[in-house]
Amino acid sequence: MQHAVRLDNVDISFGGTGKTVFRAVAGANLSVAEGEFVAIVGPTGSGKSTLLNAAAGLLKPSAGTVEIQGQPLEGLNGRAGYLFQADALMPWKTSRDNVAIALEISGTPRREALERAEEWLEKVGLKGFGHRYPHMLSGGQRKRVAMAQVLIRDPEILLMDEPFGPLDAQTRLIMGDLLLDLWQQDRKAVMFVTHDLEEAIALADRVVIMSTGPDAKLIGDFTIPLARPRDVSEIKLSPEFQELHRDIWHLLKEQVLKAYGNQNREERA
Amino acid sequence: MNRAVLTTLQILVAVVAVALWWVITKTSILGDPARIQFFFSTPADVFWQIVAWFRSGEIWRHLWITLVEAALAFVIGAVAAMIAGFWLARRPKLAAVFDPYVKAANALPRVVLAPIFTLWFGLGIWSKVALGFTLVFFIVFFNVYQGVKEVNRTVLQNARMLGMTERQLLRHVYLPSALSWVFSSLHVSIGFAVVGAVVGEYLGSSAGLGYLIAQAEGMFDIAGVFAGMFVLSAFVLLIDWGVTMVERKLLVWQPDNNH
Repeated sequence: MQHAVRLDNVDISFGGTGKTVFRAVAGANLSVAEGEFVAIVGPTGSGKSTLLNAAAGLLKPSAGTVEIQGQPLEGLNGRAGYLFQADALMPWKTSRDNVAIALEISGTPRREALERAEEWLEKVGLKGFGHRYPHMLSGGQRKRVAMAQVLIRDPEILLMDEPFGPLDAQTRLIMGDLLLDLWQQDRKAVMFVTHDLEEAIALADRVVIMSTGPDAKLIGDFTIPLARPRDVSEIKLSPEFQELHRDIWHLLKEQVLKAYGNQNREERA
Repeated sequence: MNRAVLTTLQILVAVVAVALWWVITKTSILGDPARIQFFFSTPADVFWQIVAWFRSGEIWRHLWITLVEAALAFVIGAVAAMIAGFWLARRPKLAAVFDPYVKAANALPRVVLAPIFTLWFGLGIWSKVALGFTLVFFIVFFNVYQGVKEVNRTVLQNARMLGMTERQLLRHVYLPSALSWVFSSLHVSIGFAVVGAVVGEYLGSSAGLGYLIAQAEGMFDIAGVFAGMFVLSAFVLLIDWGVTMVERKLLVWQPDNNH
């Protein structure tokens, strides 16, 4: 079967040459099949976002290859939609214009783009909020607009970098349900980065664990056989969920403690 | 403090100031009123001078000239600065080369340029426009430069991931970001356009508010000087109010502009 995303022996380094080089990711291998929802979990600073940016083409790996649907990635990944952790909407455009622009830039006439933007705003539960500017919306609402902006282009692959990270716990659950709802309709390949293991298990078909950086790599790969459709808040109560959580947490905890230790060492130094 | 009290107190300040002025120039507590009036005029004389200007309609021509000079200085200065700012901000190496010269040019007190501009552009409006231009240009230039440099990285990356070309980025991301910086400095830059016009007129011209003040000063007509200052200050306040209105319309998307 063809892979939507395939990272093969990827190294990603930052900084200049020689001693100053910081190798965030070393020898990472990861494939995401078409229609598969993969969550990448790791402690802070484990380079999970770095890996995602390599799949997006925002970062160029220093070694290894990135293949998108069987073809080596050159420049930005035009087949992917990217949902950022921080606010990424253009603050000078209304939410409707923010969504419509995603179509307009590829030549859709403005009228049609606006109509479809309204439809998408409705799909993400923001009917009637089209004329608001981003600062007039709550964090969760802004995230909904960002989702509509990414999904309206109908990208073949979704890349998400802790998209619900800045939101409060209840909003995260609701956004998780919304995401699953929308994803269920056409099942795109998803790479979802998070540090929240519960969120990862509740959403994904597969959870991969990254070791703590530098030289981070993927050290665990768990299939999540929970039935779909899922209810993000309910599913956490099921015994299967809890068993999975226990297994994966066992591995993740080691890395988290290691990362914590590293941090403390740095602070003492 | 509620609004009524505040307004009352504000008016009170003006009343006290004018009363003091009147007492000093009309009574002999500080010496001979005739001498003091020579330096400070009197509230009534200044008031009647202003009334006379408006009644004869003479003032309108001067106001109009100053307004045209300031507007031209602002528009030409702002457009040139936006082009230059964009151009340099997108070319860091070129910007580094020009950096000391931009700073040096900006360090120069612009008033010293007035004689040269008079020589180059004559006594008409263009020497004043040129002076205002040099003031407006640098304010807008630095703001555009900063605005382009400090475009939010996430917004930019997001726009790229949405598939925007360089041209589209310029139009939908860089330009609005830079404009928001320009607008936030609108009060300062328009103020400076007026300063350029008035100072230019003051140093050599045949019309405008600066000319009016210089004329009165030349004839030791202190009432005329004060009257000119009051009209000028009201004129600037009026423009400033206009700018605020425009700003509210254009910057509705900014968090602290929802009035």
